[in-house]
Amino acid sequence: MTVLFFSLTVWAISTVAGFLGSLTGLGGGVIVVPALALAMGVDIKYAIGASLVSVIATSSGAAAAYVKEGYSNIRIGLLLEIATTIGAIAGAYLAARITTHAIAIIFGLVLVWSAIQSLFGEHLEHEAIVASDALCRRFRLGGDYPVNGVPRKYGVRNLPAGFSLMFGAGTLSGLLGIGSGAVKVIAMDKAMKIPFKVSTTTSNFMIGVTAAASAGVYLSRGYIDPRVAMPVMLGVLGGAFLGTKVLVHARVGTLRLVFGVVILLLAAEMIFSGITGKV
Amino acid sequence: MNDRRLENLIGNLLRAGVLLAAAVVFAGGVFYLAQNHAAKVDFHAFAEESANLRTVGGIVRSAVELNSGGVMQLGLLLLIATPVARVIFAAVGFHLEGDRMYTIVSLIVLAVLIISLLHAA
Repeated sequence: MTVLFFSLTVWAISTVAGFLGSLTGLGGGVIVVPALALAMGVDIKYAIGASLVSVIATSSGAAAAYVKEGYSNIRIGLLLEIATTIGAIAGAYLAARITTHAIAIIFGLVLVWSAIQSLFGEHLEHEAIVASDALCRRFRLGGDYPVNGVPRKYGVRNLPAGFSLMFGAGTLSGLLGIGSGAVKVIAMDKAMKIPFKVSTTTSNFMIGVTAAASAGVYLSRGYIDPRVAMPVMLGVLGGAFLGTKVLVHARVGTLRLVFGVVILLLAAEMIFSGITGKV
Repeated sequence: MNDRRLENLIGNLLRAGVLLAAAVVFAGGVFYLAQNHAAKVDFHAFAEESANLRTVGGIVRSAVELNSGGVMQLGLLLLIATPVARVIFAAVGFHLEGDRMYTIVSLIVLAVLIISLLHAA
């Protein structure tokens, strides 16, 4: 195929991925990587390199908007980034050690899990506020977030469990070139009992820094090819921007269903292609 | 300077960084498409690209020579730098707040990022 056809097609796919990723909160990487690998015949290493770059773009680009809302907690983010960045370097090393078939299969399994989250995940914001435990008090992790314009204080618990889960989230991010925001949210929301809104916005803050930790390794190994990454980055960034504009009007329930089914199909194809050695 | 004001400042700087990076990538992309639009591409097999797009020095040299690949890669490098800048700002901000614990936490994260980026030095 010609350069023009490749660039425009990848740009269009990435725009849709960024749009859906932003609306559902799962990020664009989970669609971009399988779409490039399966539909465009791109080697998975170039695909995860381009995806990783787009993950940084959406995370840094959305930071200003999230900060204005007053939900993200910079202390929690930074402390847990010690775990995610070390995990990300480990993941990036692992990506070079295992075969592309294995990466495809692991990616497929993560997709199945993302699809289940999208289709059946509970999205109830648990409003139960807990008191910080001793360790989290020592690190002054508690904070406040606005509820109907009034600041409400919250506590944080189970730092070691959150830290371990974050190491895993970082490893997945470095191995697969995705933001793994869903794992980060689970670590904060479920394990550390941080309010859902604070967890999701702080996760967004962490995704960019985590991805930057694998980016150096990716760059030096040649995974980031500008001819692939250029249309992916511009597409995902534009799509994510559109996503934030229509968020208020969109029927998110229907979208999650569509998104869930799409990634379930991609997952099946990815695992099949990995096993048969096509990817 | 409190946490909220610090985060606001950082957020706006990051958005500016992303827009700058996207503009550079876009400019390089226009160059690239203008010169190569009809050429054939195939990314089916992973081939290590030339060393000059895999190191920071090589990328800068290639971009200065207005090589389209170099310009696009420079934009991507600027993008990779935005989260690093975020952590540096946080370290400076916590230091100004007199918060020694989180200045150290920020510096640890920064050290890990630098270790990764040294791969591409």
